[in-house]
Amino acid sequence: MNSAVSLSMSAAPPAQRIRLSLDDYALRTGLIILIILLAISVVFPLYSLLSKSLEDMDGKFVGLQNFREYFETPALFTSITNSLGVASSVALIVMVIAFVYAYALTRTQMPLRWLFRGIALIPILAPSLLAAISMIYWFGNQGVLKSWLAGASVYGPIGIIIASCFWVFPHALMILVTALSTADARLYEAAEALCTPKWRVFWTVTLPGAKYGILSAGFIVFTLVITDFGVPKVIGGRFNVLATDVYKQVVGQQNFEMGAVVSLVLLLPALLAFIADRWVQRKQVALLSARAIPFQPKSEPLRDGLLFVFCAIVAVILIAMLGMAAYASFVTFWPYNLTLSLKNYNFDVMDGGGWEAYYNSIRMAIYCAIIGSGFIFFGSYLVEKARGITWLRTILHLAAMLPLAVPGLVLGIAYIFFFNHPDNPLGFLYGSMGILVICTIVHFYTVSHLTCLTALKQLDPEFEAVSLSLKTPVWRTFQKVTLPMCLPTLLDVASYLFLNAMTTVSAVVFLYSPETMLASVAVLNMDDAGDIAPAAAMALMIVYTSAIFRVFHALLARKLNRRTQVWRHK
Amino acid sequence: MTLLSRGVLGLAIGLLLAIPVSAETLTVYTAVEAEDLKRYASAFNEDHPNIKIRWVRDSTGIVTAKLLAEKNNPRADVIWGLAATSLMLLQSEGMLQSYAPKGLGKLDTKFRDSANPPSWTGMDAWIAAVCVNTVEAKRYNLPTPTSWMDLTDPVYKGHLVMPNPNSSGTGFLDVSSWLQMYGERGGWQFMDNLHENIAWYTHSGSKPCKQAARGETPIGISFAFRGAKSKAAGAPLDIILPKEGVGWDMEATAIMKGTKKLAAAQKLVDWSITKKANKLYNQGYAVVAYPGIAKPVKHFPTGILDAMIDNDFEFAAVNRRSILGQWQKRYDAKSEAK
Repeated sequence: MNSAVSLSMSAAPPAQRIRLSLDDYALRTGLIILIILLAISVVFPLYSLLSKSLEDMDGKFVGLQNFREYFETPALFTSITNSLGVASSVALIVMVIAFVYAYALTRTQMPLRWLFRGIALIPILAPSLLAAISMIYWFGNQGVLKSWLAGASVYGPIGIIIASCFWVFPHALMILVTALSTADARLYEAAEALCTPKWRVFWTVTLPGAKYGILSAGFIVFTLVITDFGVPKVIGGRFNVLATDVYKQVVGQQNFEMGAVVSLVLLLPALLAFIADRWVQRKQVALLSARAIPFQPKSEPLRDGLLFVFCAIVAVILIAMLGMAAYASFVTFWPYNLTLSLKNYNFDVMDGGGWEAYYNSIRMAIYCAIIGSGFIFFGSYLVEKARGITWLRTILHLAAMLPLAVPGLVLGIAYIFFFNHPDNPLGFLYGSMGILVICTIVHFYTVSHLTCLTALKQLDPEFEAVSLSLKTPVWRTFQKVTLPMCLPTLLDVASYLFLNAMTTVSAVVFLYSPETMLASVAVLNMDDAGDIAPAAAMALMIVYTSAIFRVFHALLARKLNRRTQVWRHK
Repeated sequence: MTLLSRGVLGLAIGLLLAIPVSAETLTVYTAVEAEDLKRYASAFNEDHPNIKIRWVRDSTGIVTAKLLAEKNNPRADVIWGLAATSLMLLQSEGMLQSYAPKGLGKLDTKFRDSANPPSWTGMDAWIAAVCVNTVEAKRYNLPTPTSWMDLTDPVYKGHLVMPNPNSSGTGFLDVSSWLQMYGERGGWQFMDNLHENIAWYTHSGSKPCKQAARGETPIGISFAFRGAKSKAAGAPLDIILPKEGVGWDMEATAIMKGTKKLAAAQKLVDWSITKKANKLYNQGYAVVAYPGIAKPVKHFPTGILDAMIDNDFEFAAVNRRSILGQWQKRYDAKSEAK
């Protein structure tokens, strides 16, 4: 997911000039069309956000007036420190836990590693809100384990931090597992031969080897937490953070100008983290030389046993979070009537759009998976395979990287300003399913783009050269060679888009209309109206759907691998 | 693979066509409880099957803010079930289409705009109340409050939840009633004291009572109708009407100026003041606009008519913006410093 892809592209040999064929023109047209589409769906909305922040309510330009007002409101200003505090605490806690967990998965012979790996991915199937809801059932005023907090209230920073740790854990873990699974065994052999103590090996070999992964995971977690508003909305109590401020300004008070200001303030740390992460990624590229020998972990009963206990505790906590929400969703009337029933699944008589919202979510996720993976794959194909015109390909690549730096919340608000503008000919999209699909695809564009690019880079450019000399049209090579070979990657991307479309709240919460209510937004709205058990039930419906989809994906991938990937194991 | 690409194309076209276009669909903005909307719509459709209702529902404050924000480009045709104070505000902005619905004469005169033709007509009264969870009150040794002033007793510190008046109509009618009962200075003084006890301010007006029902917080300042419903669902609740009197507001109906579907909108408003509609309102609300049909609502506290204060709607509507601004300055900011 966090594949390190450098910007260097297979540039055409400079000396000879290729005569442009019809194919080249077609590819170039494709490039330009995609750049225009990305400009419309990313760059223009961000521009309208920026200009909105400099206007007053009647649309007159007022310069930095709104920003001045913002920084003079003490309540809004404290949100900045609150947000930074929470996000860095979560980053710190999650980094430590995820590192040990990842270490146990990659560097030991601990039993049941496959199971622990699977359990760690559970939070990905759920919207971030689920963790917060579950925390209320565990540690809220009627919580089962309220006494464990020793009188402190779960509503506030404590709740936000714990719940955030839960949902960002797999994101950190996946990066760290990748970072730790590539190691050069020769370094460890050398250390052993020199009788270096274990802790020293860890300190001088293991940690430095994974340091870029650690930094990268830290930045990702930080950004995820600071831009998420589902968790603080549910369990924040009176503790305000930037993300909830944006929501309050825009949804609660329809004060769009101030909302634009806060979201720009929110964009800043996210942008910094993005730039730092890119810088780190660039450094990592040449870490492993071609002569490196893959590291094979040896069994060490004491260490493996201790790590097993550690992983078991983490796994139990992860399951407990999900399990409590699942249990609570079946309880008739917590805490006074604990008989089990399906009452909370009767969504049609509650705030939040009813079952229709759930079906909308599935519909949207399918659109995103199909349309999104098609577009993104085609885009990365053009970036990688179009001949010549490096500058145009670089522009497309940069445009594809941009969404990673833009938090969903910010993207959603930018879309309101851009698409709801009376003069925008695309205004008909506003309030439709189309805008939700576009926004979600754009929101998760970059990671998908990088994944496709990695797969395409593994294909020998000779294929294109051969087809060219055989005068095979480019689309034929694409259809007969490139696409089948990349099909598993395409499937991964589609699955990634599907899962995220099911669980995302941050961007779409500003864009849904009564007909296009989504399940994840329904969770938020039901909690808002005080219907926490139905909110848990709807969140669980998302989990069930995502889980079934994951299984389906795994089966399909296996079949596809057998049919299209034989060339890899010749 | 051509099959795949054809499928993608088909889906993309289908997506574009999925945007609904139907002539007889009214966009109706409302703050009525979600669980009632389906009932209202289907009862209306019994008499007018060819007019479809497209609900846009949110808390009172949000619907109001949304309508104001859309002033130059209105999306609503009708407002059915929004606080009268909010409608008065919209009226002063010139956003409502005045209309005398058929059968207007039968309504209680309190439940209509006094202008002729009126810009809005009332449906029912919704009345503040305090939901007290008896089980939790006993657990924390909290005495049962009988007055608003009781709630400022430090014994309730952290056990009290109320709605944020900026987003919730219930929150606003509470604040406006306190300012009317205790006067400008006394009212803010009361709220300063109350603020010390409040655990958090919620976004919606029903949430405090639902949280009290679940025992998440022992006491929620909410509205009587919600309390009665939660009690019917089995929650151990006492619904208290503080003895100083309780604030209330009307849910009311109006047509947006500039709607392209005026005829259909008028039919809906005609229907909204019929006896049938009022009977529907009565299922939750003890006091409705159509005189003589209200039956007592189960679990509804008794003596509600006497408890309702002599509400000055004019005051509430005219001062709405400044009251909310003041509230936000005092408590949204202060909730941080603590």
